[in-house]
Formats: sequence, structure tokens, C-alpha cells
Amino acid sequence: MQWEIVIGLEVHTQLSTSSKIFSGASTAFGAEPNTQADAVSLALPGVLPVLNRGAVERAIKFGLAVGAHIAPRSVFARKNYFYPDLPKGYQISQFDLPVVGQGALAIQVEPLSGTGQSYEKVVRITRAHLEEDAGKSLHEDFHGMTGIDLNRAGTPLLEIVSEPDMRSAAEAVAYAKALHTLVRWIGISDGNMQEGSFRCDVNVSVRKLGEPLGTRREIKNLNSFKFMQQAIDYEVQWQIGTIENGGKIQQATILFNPDTGETRAMRSKEDAHDYRYFPDPDLLPLDISNDWIEQVRTTLPELPQTKQTRYVNEFGLSAYDASILAASRAMADFFETALAAVPNETKMCANWIMGEVSAQLNRDGLDMTQCPISAQQLGGILQRIVGNTLSNSGAKEVFRTMWAEGGEADAIIEAKGLKQVSDTGAIEALVDEIIAANADKVAEYRSGKDKLFGFFVGLAMKASKGKANPAQLNDILKRKLGQ
Amino acid sequence: MINTSIKQLSAALAAKKISSAELTQLYLDRIARLNPELNAYITLDEEKSLAQARAADERLANGDATGLTGIPIAQKDIFCAKGWLTTCGSKMLHNFVSPYDAHVIAQFNNAGAVTLGKTNMDEFAMGSSNETSHYGAVKNPWDTARVPGGSSGGSAAAVAARLCAAATGTDTGGSIRQPAALCGISGLKPTYGVVSRYGMIAFASSLDQAGPMARSAEDLALLLNVMAGFDERDSTSLQREKEDYARDLNKPLNGLRIGLPKEFFAEGMGSDVAQAVEAAIAEYKKLGAVIVDISLPNTKLSVPVYYVLAPAEASSNLSRFDGVRYGYRAPEYGDLADMYEKSRAQGFGAEVKRRIMIGTYVLSHGYYDAYYLQAQKIRRLIAQDFTEAFKQCDVIMGPTSPSTAFKLGEKGDDPVQMYLSDIYTIAVNLAGLPGMSIPCGFGANNMPVGLQIIGNYFDEARMLNVAHQYQLATGHHDCAPQNIGL
Repeated sequence: MQWEIVIGLEVHTQLSTSSKIFSGASTAFGAEPNTQADAVSLALPGVLPVLNRGAVERAIKFGLAVGAHIAPRSVFARKNYFYPDLPKGYQISQFDLPVVGQGALAIQVEPLSGTGQSYEKVVRITRAHLEEDAGKSLHEDFHGMTGIDLNRAGTPLLEIVSEPDMRSAAEAVAYAKALHTLVRWIGISDGNMQEGSFRCDVNVSVRKLGEPLGTRREIKNLNSFKFMQQAIDYEVQWQIGTIENGGKIQQATILFNPDTGETRAMRSKEDAHDYRYFPDPDLLPLDISNDWIEQVRTTLPELPQTKQTRYVNEFGLSAYDASILAASRAMADFFETALAAVPNETKMCANWIMGEVSAQLNRDGLDMTQCPISAQQLGGILQRIVGNTLSNSGAKEVFRTMWAEGGEADAIIEAKGLKQVSDTGAIEALVDEIIAANADKVAEYRSGKDKLFGFFVGLAMKASKGKANPAQLNDILKRKLGQ
Repeated sequence: MINTSIKQLSAALAAKKISSAELTQLYLDRIARLNPELNAYITLDEEKSLAQARAADERLANGDATGLTGIPIAQKDIFCAKGWLTTCGSKMLHNFVSPYDAHVIAQFNNAGAVTLGKTNMDEFAMGSSNETSHYGAVKNPWDTARVPGGSSGGSAAAVAARLCAAATGTDTGGSIRQPAALCGISGLKPTYGVVSRYGMIAFASSLDQAGPMARSAEDLALLLNVMAGFDERDSTSLQREKEDYARDLNKPLNGLRIGLPKEFFAEGMGSDVAQAVEAAIAEYKKLGAVIVDISLPNTKLSVPVYYVLAPAEASSNLSRFDGVRYGYRAPEYGDLADMYEKSRAQGFGAEVKRRIMIGTYVLSHGYYDAYYLQAQKIRRLIAQDFTEAFKQCDVIMGPTSPSTAFKLGEKGDDPVQMYLSDIYTIAVNLAGLPGMSIPCGFGANNMPVGLQIIGNYFDEARMLNVAHQYQLATGHHDCAPQNIGL
């Protein structure tokens, strides 16, 4: 039996405004409970919401980044339900008139099993809307009671809803990762998944090929890509097993337990809330002028996809290299800044960043934003290689010194005496000495033992303390040994 | 002293004929004497009031007084006032001391006015008789067997019984105008958005509007000058130039076009009310006004539309009263759902629960289109009626309420009869227009009758002019109830 998996995602991403979406309270993570709960966050009697323009700007930015229509007029609605961490008894969200309309995101799908080809796919985005986050219910340390922390209540969220376009866990994960990269890339969210800045709800259904869509179950609140894959895999098997055993799938909201690797139902459709949405009379419709959209557009950086294509077409990099260098904005900025120092050496620059720099970052457990060497500093090293001042091995030593102690390339070269010898006369003198001192080996070489060439290179390099220009040394050795 | 206008009181304070502390004490003494029977105030705090009065006296002495510095004002208990118990007439907020000031309260504080106390009101402003208050009914000072109207009944009674110089009210469907009419005082509901709703406990957000209640139109103008103005904390507050609402008080009324909607002068209005209102119209003709017959054909739909929209908004607005963070929580409960159910069942009164249920119903899946959306469409039609009417006239006049004050308990069993007492006032809220009520004589049992004046958007200054000229020509607004120690 051929089963098709159908997946759509709803992603809640916290927007990186410093204050809340409807009040001036801080959104910083990790403060003492309720120290960031102002009168509006507490929903005191009589308080009113005032929209944070920064949140709207970020929503517009996202819409532009996915080629979506920005609604000239959208409406905030109240979603009514009771929960202790929802202080007003309703969440201010957007319902039938969201700020961002249909868009699309191109993703590169890497097969998770390690077999098969990677391929590109376009996932359609249905909509994205602004809403406020809820607070947190704390069930530990309260002796059977529940503690409420309203610091998070009112933090701006952009809920990004996809079409059910994904056909495997791999595609779902690739989409989530691409979205995660994008929101950080355009600077609308810190994307910190541990702190809940990027949370995924995954709608999963299965059907026999060619049949209409099956009933979906929604896996709530996944905050890691690994769990997402595990949860989808488990859920798909469970649904197929249920149907094959003659059962029916009931629409439900489910949770994934990372400890057991299983999903379990939280509530069924019968318990589904009637949220009684209606336009929030405390807020005017959100009007967005073309001027505002165009002004936001000027703040939009070159997007990952555009960058990758440019790296391939303009710089002649492989698609793989381009995808690594455009994986994050920090990486791409580093590459482009370093490249500015050696504009004709794209491949060398790319290799250094994907090689030395990435390896050192990995070893020290740092990410690109924490790199102790600036892109300008690296550019300085690369310039010295291009200018024949540094050998490759010398460059690596300069790099390691710079990493550990800082400083500029020229100063390190000077201090360590790493300047490459490119003076033909000096190298010739050195080679002459070696030939004179090793007459027997020279004779062997000349009688046809070509392998000894490496032996002479080694001696010469040693004698020059590694500073002889390797290409020059090779030429001179070949010439003199051949005589 | 207690019968003089705010302007005269202010002059007396400035001339040191009386201090604000003395004036405040005078009112506090009257309250101590009369409030036990009238029940106009829920909360009094002599120390706080007198401290404000002394501060006002300092301002007066320092010469940085405003026209309201030192004037004792009663605040409807719907306004959050820092350090004051703020109950909104409900058991649900029986223990809620506000940590912040509503915009209206802050405006009065900045002007140096004295808060005399928090006045009684229908629970969460839902009612037309003040009988739904958790703190007991307010009595009408003209006849203590009768209701003062509602929901701003405490404020109306306090003004009528001279238990304050003036008061604030709020009006969602007539809650300033109807009690003003029933208590024989003047009250103004401004254009929606003129007074910030920040800190005013919400009943129906798209209809709620705060306004002044006083003994004369001239006083109303001075109060509105303090209350009105843009406030960035209320997104529905209108960004407009500050205006002086007293600027046109003394304009003559020659050529004023008064629209009389035929729907207001039809079946349903008591004959005593009709008589008083017609006499007032005749007085206006003498003052030079001309009468225009107009029609507001959709007005008849305003009560049903209102009782869809207002409860819908209220059902959501009142969700925050859940016993979790502040206010009433049931002493005993099982799980979370039980805590919600018991706290809300015990904390809210019958009328509030009725409206929450109506509102929940009309917003429910499958009913939303038939009720809420339909009502919104009719709301627009009602507003259009007024737009058309104001092409032919400058102000619209009619009765404020179909009858004079009814007896306590008289309509308690019949919510629909109670809802109909706002039949002339509700359309004004639905359209967002300004409306006011001024005393225009007496009806059956010698109870006051109110004349309603409806203006076009932002035409408050003209309405106050229209009311003031009438009050210069007649004495109805100066009449006071018996037995209030005058």
C-alpha cells in the first residue's frame, strides 16, 4: 500500500521588539516572574491595548521576504477562552483579515535518512498574522498549586501558517529550518528555540495516493527540529497503523513526549473551543500605507536564496559551498567582508571560512557571531597569501596566533619571522648548499630515482625554516638537480 | 454655597470666602447625613478627600489654580482611582483597590479637583435603575421610593441631592442621560472618542463614553474642558485640537434648527413626559429656534441591535474577572474549571450573568452572522439616519426617557421593560454621537422630566449653548428635591 504523508506547519515566532505588542512592558527573557507584568499584562480593570508599530514593521518585513501581499487593512480580533495564563480571558490575534497574505518559501530538502538526492521545493505560505503570546503556568514548586508568570504575556508573535505542501518529515524539517533561518536573517526574531522564540505546530495526515486529504492531527509546540522529525515519524506510523487496523483518525490536538518518543492526544475535536472571534473594539483596524511598506522594503537585506544564486553565478562557487556560506547572515557577512580584501580569490576565501574558521569555531563551541577573528583580520591574512608574503603553512600559523592572541597579520608575520622567502638568489644559494652536501643522493636522483625529489624539498624547506616560496623552490630544485 | 455654580464656587475659593477644605467638609457632612438613605456613594475616604482639598488650597494660595481647583467632585465607581476601592458596583471587585488612575481621574487631579468619593452604579454599568448594584439600590432624592435611573444613578442622585458640586458618569446606552433626566439634573455624553476610556472599566468598548453630570449646562462645559482630550493610551481616543466647550454658551439661538424625529413623539412616551418636552420646544421657539420635522426610520431597531452588540462586547470584556489575579475568588472550589465557575457565579449578579450569556450566544459559532454581523449592519443604518437628519437640522430634540422615575422594584422582574427605558438614548451611542439631557419640568408625581438634545459629531459646544440658553430662560434646572436639608 502506497501512503502519502501530508504536512502543514503553523509556526509561532516571537518578534524581537524590546517592548510588548500592546504595552510598554519589557519582553526580555529570563526575568524574575511577573517583574515584566505591567497593568496591561495583568489585564487590570480599565486598561487598553496600544499597538506597537515595531511589531507591525517586522510582520511587513516577513511578508516582503516571502513575496506576500501586505494587507492595506487588517483587523485585530479577540479569541476568547479561559486559562489562568491568559489574563484578559481572550487573546488579541488576527482572524479573517491577517496582515500578511499568501507567499512562498523555496527550501532545499536534505534527505534525513542519508540516502537519496537533495532537491529544491517551494512551500506555499497561507498567511501570517500578528498576535500576543500568553503567560506561563508553572506547575512545579507550588505544592500542588499552579504559579502564573505573566512576563511573557503580550510578547508579540507572528504566526506563520503554511499550506499542507510537505510530503515527508524531511520536507517539514527543511521548511522549518528555512523559516528559522529567514526570521533571524531579516532580523525580526532571535529564533531562540530553547527560550520558545520559535515554536512549531505540525499538522499531519496520511492518505492513499490520489485520494482526498485524510483527517489531520496537530502536534503542538515542537521546539527542536530533532523532536519535529521524531514526532512526525511516530505520528505517521501511528496513523497508518490505525487505519490499516480498520480504525479511523479523529481530529485531535496532540503532544509529543521526547522521553518516550510518542505522541498522545491532548484534546479531541469534540472538546474544541468555540473561540467566539470578533473584531477587538479597543483597537482600530490596522492600516498600512504603501509608503510604509516601501520604507520597510529598504531595510530588507539580500535574502538567503538570492545570495546563494549570486554566489554560484557571480563567484563561480558550487551550489554546496554557496548554501553553506549563505546559511546565516553572520556567515555570509563574514565571507563577503573577507572577500573584499581579495576580490579575485573567491574559492580560496570560501575554503578558508568553511575550513579553518569553521573548524576552530566548532572546536571552541562558538558560532559565527562570536568569532574572535574579524572578517577584516582574515582578509589581511588572505592578502598576504595572494601577495606571496605568506606560505599556506605560514598563513595557518598566523591564523592560529591571531585566534589565540589577536593582532593583525603583518605584525604577527613580523614577530614570528614568517615572511616567505621569494628572493631567487637566496633560494638558489640554499639549494646549492644542499646539492653540495648530499652528492650521493644527487647522484641517485640523477640516475633515475625521481622519488628523491621530495627529500630535497624537505631539506630545503627545513633550511629555510619553512619560509621559502614553495613554487619557486620547486622550480629552482628541478633546474639545479637536472643539470 | 451648595446651590451655586462651579464658576461661582471657584470665584469664592479664589476670593478666600471659603477654603476648599471647608467646602469639602461641608459636602462630607451632608453625605454623612443623607447618604445612608440615598446610598449614592459606595466608597468615601474623608482623609484622602481633605488632603486633596488642602493641596488645592495651597494651589489657590500659590496662584496656580484652574477653574476646578478645590471643587469637590464625585467619581463614578467605574473609574480606576489610585488607592481607592474601585468596585464597578460588583461583588467581583469588592476588594479591588486600583493601583493606577484612569485618564479622567488624572485629568481632574491635575486640575486640582477634590475627589469626594466613588458613586454607586448598576453592576458593571448594566442597568437603568441602579438596582443591579451589589452595594444596594440608590434612591431618587425626589422620592426615595423611586429609582434614580442608571447606570450612573449614584452620580445623578449625588448631584441632585447636593452631595457634590458635580459628578462624572459613563454612558453606554443612556447611562448618563437617563439618570440625569430621572433626577432632574444635566448630563452630557460626548462624541465617542472625545474622552479617553483609559482606566474606565469596560462594559461595551465601542459604545462606552464618559461624560460630566452637573446642575447646569455651564457647569458641564467646565467639566468637559477638563475631561476631554487626546490620550495615546486609548487607541479609540481622537486626535483633535483642544477646544473650549464654554466658548459658545452665550450665543443667541436665533435661527437654530431643531429636528424633532417623529419616531420619538409616537406611542410609548408618557403623556406627562410629552407635555413637558413640548413645553420645552415651545420655549425654544420663543428663543428664536425653528422646528424641522425629521425621521429616524431605523431608530426602532436600536434596542434589539444594542442588546446584541453591547452584551457581545461585555461577554468578552468581563472575561478578565476570573478570580485568578484580583477581585473575588470563591472560597471553596475543586479544579480550575470549578474555580472559574464558582467565582463568576458568586461574583456576578443576575443582570451581568444574563448579558454575558446573551453575548456569548450571539458570538457563538453558527450564530455570529445572524446576530453580531447583522446587528453591525443595522448599526450603520442607524448612524446614516442621523447623518441624513443633520442635513436638515442643527440639533435633534426629544424625550430622554419615556417615563419619569419608576418605583424601586417595579421593573425588576421584566428585563425587556427595563431595556425599553433606554429606547430614546441608545441610538445615539450606536451612532457615536453626542447627546445630553437637561431638566425641562415635572411630570406625574412631581418627578423631573428630561429633555434630550442630540448633536452632530463634535458639536458639544453648540449643544451646551442650546442647553445654557434654555437654562437662562427657565428655572427647571435650579429646582431641588425636598428633604435634602436645604
